[in-house]
Amino acid sequence: MDCYTANWNPLGEEAFYRKFELYAMEWSLKEDLRDCLVAAAPYGGPIALLKNSGRKEKSPSARPLLEIYSASGLLLASIPWKSGQLVHLGWTASEDLLCIQEDGTVLIYNLFCEFKRHFSMGNEVLQNHVLEAKVFHTEYGTGVAILTGAHRFSLTTNIDDLKLRRMPEVPGLQKPPSCWAVLSQDRVTIVLLAVGQDLYLLDNTSCSVVTPPGMSPAAGAYLRMAVSFNYRCLALFTDTGYIWMGLSTLKEKLCEFNSSIRSPPKQMVWCMRPRSRQRAVVVAWDRQLMVAGNSTECIQFVLDEDSYLVPELDGVRILSRTSHEFLHEIPEASQEIFKIASMAPGALLLEAQKEYEKESQKADEYLREIKDQKLLPEAVSQCIEAAGYEHEPETQKSLLRAASFGKCFIDKFPPESFVRMCQDLRVLNAIRDYQIGIPLTFTQYKRLTIEVLLDRLVLRRLYPLAIRICEYLRLSEIQGVSRILAHWACYKVQQKDKSDEEVAHAINQKLGDTPGISYSEIAARAYDCGRTELAIKLLEYEPRSGEQVPLLLKMKRSKLALSKAIESGDTDLVYTVVLHLKNELNRGTFFMTLQNQPVALSLYRQFCKHQERKTLKDLYNQDDNHQELGNFHVHSSYSEQRIEGRVGALQNAVDAYYKAKNEFAAKATEDQIKLLRLQRHLQEDFDKPYLDLSLHDTVSNLILDGHHKRAEQLYREFKIPDKRYWWLKISALATRGDWEEMEKFSKSKKSPIGYLPFVEISVKHHNRYEAKKYAPRVTPEQRVKAFILVGDLDQAADAAIEHKNENEMNFVLSKCTASTDVAVVEKLNRARAQLLKK
Amino acid sequence: MSPLDRIANVSILKQHEVDKLYKVENRPTSSTSDQFCFLVRPRIKTMKYIADIINADKMAGRSRKYKIIFSPQKFYACEMVLEEEGVFGDVSCDEWSFYLLPLDDDIISMELPEFFRDYFLEGDHRWINCVARALQLLNSLYGPFSKAYGIGRCAKMSYELWRDLEEESESDSQGRKPEIGNIFLMDRDTDYVTALCSQVVYEGLVDDTFRIKCGSVDFGPDVTSSDKSIKVLLNSQDKVFSQIRNEHFSSVFGFLSQKSRNLQAQYDRRRGMDIKQMKNFVSQELKGLKQEHRLLSLHIGACESIMKKKTKQDFQEMIKTEHSLLEGFDIRESTSFIEEHIDRQVSPIESLRLMCLLSITENGLIPKDYRSLKTQYLQSYGPEHLLTFHNLKRIGLLTEQSPGETLTAVESKVSKLVTDRAAGKITDAFNSLARKSNFRGISKKLGLIPRVDGEYDLKMPRDMAYVFSGAYIPLSCKIIEQVLERKSWLGLEEVLRLLNGNEFSVTESAGEDSPAWESQRIILTVFLGGCTFSEIAALRFLGKEKGYKFIFLTTAITNSARMMEAMIETKA
Repeated sequence: MDCYTANWNPLGEEAFYRKFELYAMEWSLKEDLRDCLVAAAPYGGPIALLKNSGRKEKSPSARPLLEIYSASGLLLASIPWKSGQLVHLGWTASEDLLCIQEDGTVLIYNLFCEFKRHFSMGNEVLQNHVLEAKVFHTEYGTGVAILTGAHRFSLTTNIDDLKLRRMPEVPGLQKPPSCWAVLSQDRVTIVLLAVGQDLYLLDNTSCSVVTPPGMSPAAGAYLRMAVSFNYRCLALFTDTGYIWMGLSTLKEKLCEFNSSIRSPPKQMVWCMRPRSRQRAVVVAWDRQLMVAGNSTECIQFVLDEDSYLVPELDGVRILSRTSHEFLHEIPEASQEIFKIASMAPGALLLEAQKEYEKESQKADEYLREIKDQKLLPEAVSQCIEAAGYEHEPETQKSLLRAASFGKCFIDKFPPESFVRMCQDLRVLNAIRDYQIGIPLTFTQYKRLTIEVLLDRLVLRRLYPLAIRICEYLRLSEIQGVSRILAHWACYKVQQKDKSDEEVAHAINQKLGDTPGISYSEIAARAYDCGRTELAIKLLEYEPRSGEQVPLLLKMKRSKLALSKAIESGDTDLVYTVVLHLKNELNRGTFFMTLQNQPVALSLYRQFCKHQERKTLKDLYNQDDNHQELGNFHVHSSYSEQRIEGRVGALQNAVDAYYKAKNEFAAKATEDQIKLLRLQRHLQEDFDKPYLDLSLHDTVSNLILDGHHKRAEQLYREFKIPDKRYWWLKISALATRGDWEEMEKFSKSKKSPIGYLPFVEISVKHHNRYEAKKYAPRVTPEQRVKAFILVGDLDQAADAAIEHKNENEMNFVLSKCTASTDVAVVEKLNRARAQLLKK
Repeated sequence: MSPLDRIANVSILKQHEVDKLYKVENRPTSSTSDQFCFLVRPRIKTMKYIADIINADKMAGRSRKYKIIFSPQKFYACEMVLEEEGVFGDVSCDEWSFYLLPLDDDIISMELPEFFRDYFLEGDHRWINCVARALQLLNSLYGPFSKAYGIGRCAKMSYELWRDLEEESESDSQGRKPEIGNIFLMDRDTDYVTALCSQVVYEGLVDDTFRIKCGSVDFGPDVTSSDKSIKVLLNSQDKVFSQIRNEHFSSVFGFLSQKSRNLQAQYDRRRGMDIKQMKNFVSQELKGLKQEHRLLSLHIGACESIMKKKTKQDFQEMIKTEHSLLEGFDIRESTSFIEEHIDRQVSPIESLRLMCLLSITENGLIPKDYRSLKTQYLQSYGPEHLLTFHNLKRIGLLTEQSPGETLTAVESKVSKLVTDRAAGKITDAFNSLARKSNFRGISKKLGLIPRVDGEYDLKMPRDMAYVFSGAYIPLSCKIIEQVLERKSWLGLEEVLRLLNGNEFSVTESAGEDSPAWESQRIILTVFLGGCTFSEIAALRFLGKEKGYKFIFLTTAITNSARMMEAMIETKA
């Protein structure tokens, strides 16, 4: 602990930088890194190596080998590279490997070297080839920028939503730029390039020459440029060994440094930490590493072997054949505590705790000193914070112990920050283990978020660790454990060596009905791997039948899909399947399938009724449903304009009805045909519209127009019941006012409806005179009513008295008015009295 | 009035820059607007209309923006039609999940009149999902229902689907206090008889005569005794209406004249007032009185108009026939009354209604009558009704007694069906579309025809039969009464057998920790396929008697005419 600051290197007055080893690399490389194409993903991500890439294929056996390692150098996967010449490797934000070929094709692999997909950067790139390429990350996603052989730039800002942009030409550019970089400013992606002593800025539409402020004119030609992790800062290295550091907007210079090394560096990257004022770049040559910042001095390291720099959010990782190191600026909290002779509260607290362990009274002295300044809470917070920045668990522990010790002397110190830090460190230490190999710093971890970290663990198929972390952090099941289990299941279905039953069973055993698990998603994955049977088995576990349907359809298990859809009770889903089936199966099979599914059939019929009437007919035909077929023909007869067409359709209906053994309907339809034909004749003969009238109305109209013969003819032909005919005729005659004819008719034979209707209809047409003629002929039971209708109360009274019916008498009485009908009232009263006597 | 008017009337829409409103029809529009927004029910026919409009615009080289808003939800088949008509790319679609329209304090309508035909005739289950979602919505607003009863296939399916939805959504309604204690779901086909009867309570009569649409009625010139019609909102806000809506028509006139005397008396108080009192009167009471006066004269006008219509058509005669059909007396006489009704072309809808009532009370017509009545009907009202009869047969409203099949034979068949229903909810859904009504047996078991000694006092009703002049207790309401009384279906096995079963009762809250008494008195009655104002009046009466509070949720308000119209096959 005493030599804790031994690896601290001061830069200027305030800043210290340290470099420490993350891992001793396990990969035992035979090649030099300089002979490989290297790409390491940020946030402690995996490392991709393409060996032998430098040598142009001399023999087929010397095919380049693509290998992917964890950050600790454990081999994750490797494949011999069989595709075209690779120019560049890069990682996407979701840790997929982008392999950019000379012809502009970009192949995407996952971190187990499994091919995912590919896309092309366009024809222009294909023709002119790729000279250089860069992979960059912006808020839009992962982008790729290409410098073609024609010295033109092409780029896309998001490979998942591919839109190729060809940047404008740089005027007079004859040779490739000495260096270039992609910048992202205000959501616009631009390219900065250097040619000799000139800097050019390419945006979407134009190319402009720019000059960094405060650049000394004698600086010389640009050799390297570096953009910081957050795109805010830019560093330029010239052939005089001069380094300009400023904002990437090129509006302000931050500092400069003269390295007096003229040879071009191999790499130059920024080394900063968020919320720190210190800016520094790390420049690497073959055997030398330099940290330069706002100071005339710089920090120099000797490189024993070929190294590769990986810029990170809060530092730089340095890869070499044997080791993996991290170089970063010491955060303020750590400085305060560990700086030699520091009197900061955190430092004192750490000291106090150490003394306390030694059972020395000095502990109290230190503690008192902090308490006197009332800085104990700060001291605790400082220790907690500093613990986060430490890589060694021992140091973490001693800091946390100090914090815990200090906490005891404070009333109500909120425990969250301490507990949180303990948890976070536990998670970080677990993933930093060389077996896992994700050397995330605390700052990176917070930026990445736990969700993304879990995704990355899942991506590495480290399911048990991911689940344990979820459980340890008590994440909700849906975003935690069940999500991971679902991913596990999706991976599990790809294991081809196990039988469908085994896999399905294993998955169900582990997953059960954990909330938030979608079996249909897992099944979809199984289907994608070509395991249809397994997918179907898995779908059986899906409780929501609605979720099963789309996949079943995709797998062409339409009939199963249909019954599942019906089970779900969601008609929309049924429709989806039915209309899908319609296109998939031939008509016959389609209809047969529907026959067994009444719900689906009725839905489809509804659809056909409006949209495909012909299909409806076929449907009934297939089914031998003659009744419906008859109805169908009747229906279609309405849309026929010409009488012949209509008769034809109706004739079809008649045939169908006979086949359906529905004689009633057949007869009725035959009658309709007969009526139609007759109506046409009538229409021709009388030049009046008769079509579409009902039989009743047809006859009625004939009488109204005085065609009594024709009416009579219809009455006989259609066997109109007498009652109806009489009703119809007298009301038509009354409407016509043909009272003479009515009287004649009344005498033609005995009325089947009695004579009350005659009275009623005459009264209705305000003809009391006529009405009176019929009243006496009304049957005795109804006579009272008839006389009252015609207004002859006297006769009504007589009739009632004759019947000796009290109710009738009362009824008549109620119609009498005292003033005018005195005689009648008297008569009735007398009769009533008599009746009562008896 | 349309449901939209109840939510956002024309002036509100205009404020939001709606230029003009059109009805979606099979007609080209002449609008010059460059944006059309179609607010429609998801019907295939409507889609065709819209497609025609768009295609006509395309032909004319006119470009507009089109948006279709489906209410309450979008159906895949609709999109399919748009696609087949080649306009899918021209429109953007949206959904308006509008399920419940409160018509009154205690009536919620889903305004889905097509539910009846679609489900009961066509066997189309598409609206069940909407019912389930409506229940889900009510559940989320008022907490879980502690007890659920239901009868009918559709009721069962709706209930189960709703449970599934609840489970899927995992909403935390568990801890909520239930505000609605009971829910009772009933299929319309459990009781067609009640819906087929002429209504004689005031609200029902107004509906039968003038058609209440969305809780509002258009009173024509014959009612308003002026030359224009007036739109009146009929609900509990209307002080006059709220007092007479549930009354038997015979007592309404008396009430109205009493009311007008009271009103006059209040007006008369003006005499002998000093200036100050007068000022008070004018500022506080006059407006209310005037309003009441206006309503009173409207309702009196409506009554007169109803009276005129009813006496003209021998309403008494018809009611008598209906009553004998319900009681099962003088069937021959009723049959010939119906025949005459048809022969005289009184009204196609009424004739059809009487035929159905005859069939359903008699468990089908005897073959001779079945043929002759149908023939008569076709002759009177046109041959296209052949298809109407087919529909009525399918739905079981107008059927033929199978020769040789006695009632017991039917019963045994039915009971077999009941035991077979484990075969799965779907298959049995279609086997028995046209089922036997068994009305006579049910009526006897439940005592639907009250025994009356002397006159039934309609002013002081004793039971729910008053809504049908004391002649018949509505079956649907009787079932609800019985189940609520027993708190289960126990003891009703015989009736259930005759009703074709499919009943259920579920107790939600596992622990019987005596849920709030208040909520236990509240019953949400769900009518699938519509309910009538007579049923509402009867249950309101029951509620008053037994201390329940009924809330009605119906797919639509219906009556006999609407039901018949839904069955009629139009030429178009």
